[in-house]
Amino acid sequence: MIYKGSAWKFGRDIDTDAIIPARYLKTSDPAELGKHCMEDADPEFINRAKKGDVIVAGENFGCGSSREHAPISIKAVGISCVIAKSFARIFYRNAINTGLPILESAEAVDGITTSDEIQVDTDKGEITNLTTGKVYYAKPFPGFINDIIQQGGLINYMREKVKMQVD
Amino acid sequence: MGMTVTEKILAAHAGKNSVSPGDLINVKLDLVLGNDITAPIAIKEFRLIGIDRIFDKNKIVIVLDHFAPNKDIDSAEQCRMVRQFAHKQDLTNYFEVGRMGIEHALLPEQGLVLPGDAIIGADSHTCTYGALGAFSTGVGSTDLAAAMATGEAWIKVPSSIKFSFRGHLNPWVTGKDLILYTIGQIGVDGALYQAMEFTGEAISSLSVDSRLSMCNMAIEAGGKSGIIAPDNKTLDYVEGRSSRTFNVYQSDDDAQYAAVYEWDVANIEPQVAFPHLPSNTRGISEVGDVVIDQVVIGSCTNGRLEDLRIAAQVLKDHEVDRRIRCIIIPATQDIYRQAMKEGLIEIFIDAKAAVSTPTCGPCLGGHMGVLARGERALATTNRNFIGRMGHPESEVYLSGPAVAAASAIAGKITSPEEL
Repeated sequence: MIYKGSAWKFGRDIDTDAIIPARYLKTSDPAELGKHCMEDADPEFINRAKKGDVIVAGENFGCGSSREHAPISIKAVGISCVIAKSFARIFYRNAINTGLPILESAEAVDGITTSDEIQVDTDKGEITNLTTGKVYYAKPFPGFINDIIQQGGLINYMREKVKMQVD
Repeated sequence: MGMTVTEKILAAHAGKNSVSPGDLINVKLDLVLGNDITAPIAIKEFRLIGIDRIFDKNKIVIVLDHFAPNKDIDSAEQCRMVRQFAHKQDLTNYFEVGRMGIEHALLPEQGLVLPGDAIIGADSHTCTYGALGAFSTGVGSTDLAAAMATGEAWIKVPSSIKFSFRGHLNPWVTGKDLILYTIGQIGVDGALYQAMEFTGEAISSLSVDSRLSMCNMAIEAGGKSGIIAPDNKTLDYVEGRSSRTFNVYQSDDDAQYAAVYEWDVANIEPQVAFPHLPSNTRGISEVGDVVIDQVVIGSCTNGRLEDLRIAAQVLKDHEVDRRIRCIIIPATQDIYRQAMKEGLIEIFIDAKAAVSTPTCGPCLGGHMGVLARGERALATTNRNFIGRMGHPESEVYLSGPAVAAASAIAGKITSPEEL
């Protein structure tokens, strides 16, 4: 998939309480969760982010709780993918399992500033900063994880498995 | 080549003789956990898989503890959805208000987690059970849904970091202080994707309650799991709690570690983590003047009997400062009852502390102690992120129960030695 959008740059250790504060976890409705995405990190984000935009962050993005509400709220805003220097492990799993594309590249993060126009080719792991013209490459996923992503997430992967057993 | 305790547990549950860090394996699970926040999404996802029944009604645990007793109508609806699923699936281990406790205190207490187990839970603090010598890690709701269907999860075998604590503990220092110190040393991503193995004579000297506090916060260093290999204290703890058989694993002498840290606990005093990261730690002697508005003693980190006994020891014959709200939450019904028998609850009430039924409530800014703009809390909980306990402009400091209780009396962050 190829995505294009403006960059929203954040620092390191963006935790799940910053992505979706626990006070909003009384629902699992994506649209409702999307209304509060990144609220405690940047209250303006939700008013100004556009469909297709890209979140760009430092180390340990998504640290803290296991709430899948975090990638769900990011997807609900229409964010196309998240590029970070590194991801906290539960967020990493949750993003894969819910089909939110994530890419790890420290060079890309250092080479992107807020409002830069970004193009991401998730199949190749290619990140292009259209504003500066620079191209970066993210680490490829391990094979096993790629299989899950190619099936469209863990539940689709499971559905296929169940269907095969029934057949 | 030797294996770590973590690698041995994972190999056994993947049907292999050995595994190495980086291997992607499918693990057969002994237990799968969800709560009122994570289970609703998992149940929706489970229904999409296309099967009706969960893999084993005895191996899925659901605890309504976060926004329960229901804090508002939305929370009540979430709990109702989970409740209906639990009853329909006839779950043996569904814990309703009145029977429930904070999940990570409840499961060890009820004998549901045992040494050598492989466990996943849709709650980041599922790493707690490593304290009994199990492999246990937090996942999200979709992983929970898949595990409810199959009893399996894919796991990347983590490399291990060994943390060796030697020497004798200083007064008032517990497992909470050792883990805050550790996170302060290595940072909030210092153990990213890795297993944190705690060992050494100071760990042997810790109670099981303290060990549970310690492994509980492995996630706060980015860890996949925390683990303490079982010893006699572990075996004494699990004795009589379960009829299920279990295996005790130890790390080999020639096991491989990604890093080894060795610390003398004589140099570790009670710790306080400043806003807004658990790694922002200082020894109590270096805290300075920090005036607070609220103290919370409880949570999956520090709501166990040992914590309440320490709090009572400090609060006895004292009163909470008139400016302070001190909220004490026994983590389970059994802990609550035992605290009553020992007279701890009376000490808390005499000290003008509020005592609540078990709930995660205030730890994540849910209910039972939410902070207003500009307020400052000292809590025995596990996270002090921006807005964690309420308003985004409030602040949370973290400590163990002794410092928390002393601070409630003094009205500012204080060592129990200074009372």
